[in-house]
Amino acid sequence: MAELMAEVVIVGAGPAGIRAAGILAAQGLRPILVDEGRQAGGQGYRRPSPGLALDMDTLMGTEAGKYKALHADFAALLNRIDYRPRTLVWGIEDRRLHCVRDGRQTTIAFDALIVATGAMDRIAPLPGWILPGVFTLGGAQAVLKDQGCLVGRRVAFLGASPLLSLAALQYRKLGAEVVAVCDTSSFRDKIAALPQLAAVPRTLARGIAYLAALKRARVPLFDGVTPLAIEGEAGVTALRFRDGRGHERRIACDAVALGYGLKPETQLAELAGARFAFDARFRLWLPVTDEDGRAGEGLYLAGDGAAIGGADAAEASGALAALAVLHDLGLRSEHDERPALRRRLARLRRFQQGLARAFRWPVAALARLSDEVAVCRCEHVTAGDIRRAMDADLGPVDVNRVKAITRCGMGRCQGRVCGPALQEIAAAHAGLPVEAVGRLRGQAPLKPVPLGILEEEEA
Amino acid sequence: MAGGDNGASAAGEGRFVQAVPREAERVRFTIDGKSAEAQAGDSLLAAILVQRPVLRRHEFDGGERAGFCLMGACQDCWVWSEAGERLRACTTPVAAGMAIVTEPPAERFAHGRAHG
Repeated sequence: MAELMAEVVIVGAGPAGIRAAGILAAQGLRPILVDEGRQAGGQGYRRPSPGLALDMDTLMGTEAGKYKALHADFAALLNRIDYRPRTLVWGIEDRRLHCVRDGRQTTIAFDALIVATGAMDRIAPLPGWILPGVFTLGGAQAVLKDQGCLVGRRVAFLGASPLLSLAALQYRKLGAEVVAVCDTSSFRDKIAALPQLAAVPRTLARGIAYLAALKRARVPLFDGVTPLAIEGEAGVTALRFRDGRGHERRIACDAVALGYGLKPETQLAELAGARFAFDARFRLWLPVTDEDGRAGEGLYLAGDGAAIGGADAAEASGALAALAVLHDLGLRSEHDERPALRRRLARLRRFQQGLARAFRWPVAALARLSDEVAVCRCEHVTAGDIRRAMDADLGPVDVNRVKAITRCGMGRCQGRVCGPALQEIAAAHAGLPVEAVGRLRGQAPLKPVPLGILEEEEA
Repeated sequence: MAGGDNGASAAGEGRFVQAVPREAERVRFTIDGKSAEAQAGDSLLAAILVQRPVLRRHEFDGGERAGFCLMGACQDCWVWSEAGERLRACTTPVAAGMAIVTEPPAERFAHGRAHG
């Protein structure tokens, strides 16, 4: 019965983490589910904070059923798992997670670790992006679901993401004036991606329906946009861009929601020993796993933190990772769901690859980003600082070296926001392919923790 | 060191709009010594930004900031308790009697540690 005593720890309580916990609990294990959030759900399926009269059915639209099912399943699971909300994992060594909860240090030992840490927005800087009133696209949705708050009164949505139109619709429903939805990718990019997008017709149809709804509501929609600047002094007052026909436009607004797709939160996976490979389709360094999410001895990755796939893929990959854990512990179930889950996951991820093609990361715009624009908002390092440091440095071109010299990526967010832009700017300046300039390495603490915690550790 | 009271910002309207009402008890707290009201369940960031256009002044570039990622990743929204405890405003719920300062307590830097 030794394997039944195995301690399985899941980090992240979004759709991947919850589905993994459900599979393990069904086999009689009692996994520990560690959640940095105050309530389970992750980002996309985030629940409103207590007392908020937010109608999630309306807000979630076609996804309301999945949202409700996931939370109902989680509620039914609660007494069969060890759920630990408000717990930040900041380090790992010798099969122990170092965590901080309510200001106190704790450690959690594990035999198997499922990392389901999700993703955040990928950001391309532009002049003015540091002004108060510019927020991540995912954040604009998060504060709506969590707090019932809009990030402004007249909101522009800018970037390259299918979530631009979804977020714009949600904002409009709740009373914001959506002054523009500006997509930097073109109609041609979308046509080119159609064969892959057809892998999941339902989701493709949903995306088209969002755009149609915005059109009916006469929300100004632009594609093939070249962003020029976000204007303002003490806060955002306008968004300036060139539209797809080359006309310059200036649209007054008091907030901009900015996002170019998602980038996985891979820092914990990295510290746990995952290897990384460059994925040219997403232009991201992604952890290497087998088809069930195995990334090393006792290490499993699931959800958007493993490979961007969206909520449905997160559920499927969470289930697969848990089944892989059970399989590796010698606990095989009679009915093997894995082949069906693998097929489903492959199809969903193929769709995401299509999205990455339809909504392009703006490589060329980053290469020519003006010298005075801040790339790192924590340490205020500009594109010019990066290029000058590279010109002065005789060593090999490597983003970690650029980081060490300029402090770009060394601040509070530890490169989460500036990392992808830094890689593009460094690669373009060196005249190298982006994968040749390396990958920003993560280190503990994975997020800032009170200094007292680290001292406690050493004592 | 004006304690985060940046003139124009204190006089302006809030940046966030509370689009959905909340059924919860009212709580009083202070921002840089000024009395403020919120509701239990509000995040510190929402509680502050529904009444102010900015959160803090950046320590290096001097520009004003109002948070960015709104999901606990970017750390742009740090504020402090008067006792010197650092708080990530977007993920910290407001509580009755909180005394929030939007600039790091000077003493903290003098000692070079998070708990002065």
